[in-house]
Amino acid sequence: METLGKYFIFLGTLVVNRESFRTYFNLTMEECIKIGINSIFLVSLVSFFIGAVTTIQTAYNLVSPLIPDYVISLVVRDMTLLELSPTIIAVIYAGKVGSSLSSGLGTMRISEQIDALEVMGINSASYLVLPKIVASLMMYPLLVILSALLSLFGGYLAGTLTGVITPYEYVYGIRFEFNEFTVTFALIKSFVFAFLVASISCFKGFYTRGGALEVGQASTAAVTQSVIAVLTADYLLAQLLL
Amino acid sequence: MIEIENISKSFGDKEVLKGISAKFEKGKPNLIIGSSGTGKSVLLKCIVGLIPPDTGSVEYDGVEFTHANRDQKTEIRRQIGMLFQGGALFDSKNVEENVMFPLNVLTKMSPAEKLDRVNFCLERVGLEGQNLKMPSEISGGMKKRVGIARAIVNSSNYLFCDEPNSGLDPQTSILIDDLIMEITEEYDITTIVVTHDMNSVLGIGENIVFLYQGTKVWEGNKNEIMHSGIKEFDDFVFANKVMQKLKNR
Repeated sequence: METLGKYFIFLGTLVVNRESFRTYFNLTMEECIKIGINSIFLVSLVSFFIGAVTTIQTAYNLVSPLIPDYVISLVVRDMTLLELSPTIIAVIYAGKVGSSLSSGLGTMRISEQIDALEVMGINSASYLVLPKIVASLMMYPLLVILSALLSLFGGYLAGTLTGVITPYEYVYGIRFEFNEFTVTFALIKSFVFAFLVASISCFKGFYTRGGALEVGQASTAAVTQSVIAVLTADYLLAQLLL
Repeated sequence: MIEIENISKSFGDKEVLKGISAKFEKGKPNLIIGSSGTGKSVLLKCIVGLIPPDTGSVEYDGVEFTHANRDQKTEIRRQIGMLFQGGALFDSKNVEENVMFPLNVLTKMSPAEKLDRVNFCLERVGLEGQNLKMPSEISGGMKKRVGIARAIVNSSNYLFCDEPNSGLDPQTSILIDDLIMEITEEYDITTIVVTHDMNSVLGIGENIVFLYQGTKVWEGNKNEIMHSGIKEFDDFVFANKVMQKLKNR
C-alpha cells in the first residue's frame, strides 16, 4: 500500500512545477523515436508470426466439415484485435521499452544526474518522466494498429501459402460480421497499457537506490510489475467493456 | 552568504548530523572537511535541499530556504551551481549540450548567445574546442571541469562542490582547486566545497568547518590547522605522513 501511495504521489509530481511547452515538445519527440520507432522491428516481427501461427493452429483445430474455412480468419481477426495485438504486444513492450525506461532512469539516479536536475531547480520527475509517458501514449496505440495489420497479413500469407484457406475465404472471414467496437476496445486497451508500462517502469527507475546491481533489479521489477498491471487491467477492461 | 542553523539529520536510528551551525561567506572558498562517513555530503545535500533536514534552517543571503515553498525554493535553486562527485554529466549529451543545458531550460537566450556563453565557460575551465566530445570520451579531470563550467554557465551566485578531487591525480586536483578558487573570487560567489583532501585544505581553505561523527568540532582557516588543540581534528590532519613531517619541523 505504501508503494501504491508513493506511485500516485509520483504521478502527481509530474504535473506540477513544469518547464516550458517547447522543452517538453522536443523531449517528447525524442522519446517517440526511442520508444516507438525503435520498437517497430520487434513488434512487426512478433505480430507477423503471431498471425501466421494463429491461422495454422486454428485451422488445425477446426476439423469438422460443417465449419466453413472462413471461420479461421474470423477467429484470427477477433483474437488479434481483442487480445493478441494489444495485450501480447504490451508484454513485449514492457520487456523492451519498460526495462529501458527503468534502467535509464535508474542509472541517472545512481550517477547523480537526477540530483543535478533538482539542484538546478528543475522538477526532475516532470522533466524526465512526463515526456516518456506522453510519448508512450502516442506511440503504443500506433504500434498496436501496426501489429494488428501485420498479424492479419501474417495469417493471410501462412493460410494461403500452406493451402489451409483460400485468399477469398480469408478476406471474407475477416469482413464477416465485423464489429467495429473491437477496434475501439483494442485502442482503449492500448492507451491504458501504454500508460501503465511507461509510468510503472519510470517509477521503479526513478526511485532506484544503490548501484549497478539495484539498477538491474529495478529493471526486472519494472517489467514484472508492468506485466502484472497489464494483465490485471486486461481482465478488468474485458469485464467492464465487453 | 549562506547561514545554517542547528541542522540535524537521522536515517532510521543513525544520527548523521547533530545540530550543526555555520556561516559560509561569499568571495572565498568555504570547506567542509572530515573523515569518510562523518556526514559531509549529507550536510551539503541538506544545504542545497536534496535531503530535508530533521531540524534547523538554511538561509541564502538572508532568505529562508529549508521551509520555503516550492516556488521560492526553485527561485533560489536557479542561482545554484553544483559540481557532483562523479561530475553527473548527462551521458546522452555532449560537452557543449551539457554545459548549455541550464541555459536551454532556465533562460530565454538566443541560440547564438547560448553558444557564446558556453564557449566562454569552456574556455574559462580550459576546455576550449572540446564541445563535441561525449562524457564517455573525456577523462575524470575533464568531466569535473565540464561540471564546473555547467555550474557557472547560468551566472550562479552559489557554487557547491562535492569531493571535487576524488579520483584525480595530485596535479589535476590542484588545477581543479585553483579553478574553484579563481571562480569564487572572480565572480564573488558563495562557494562550499566538501573534501577530505588535505592538499585542498592547505590550498584553498579560507574558511574550514571540520565535522567529526556528525558534529562540528572545529572551525578556522588553513593557517590555523596546525594549532587547533583538538584531538579529533589533529588525528584527521596529521594522518598524512607529509603533514606529520611538517608538524615535527
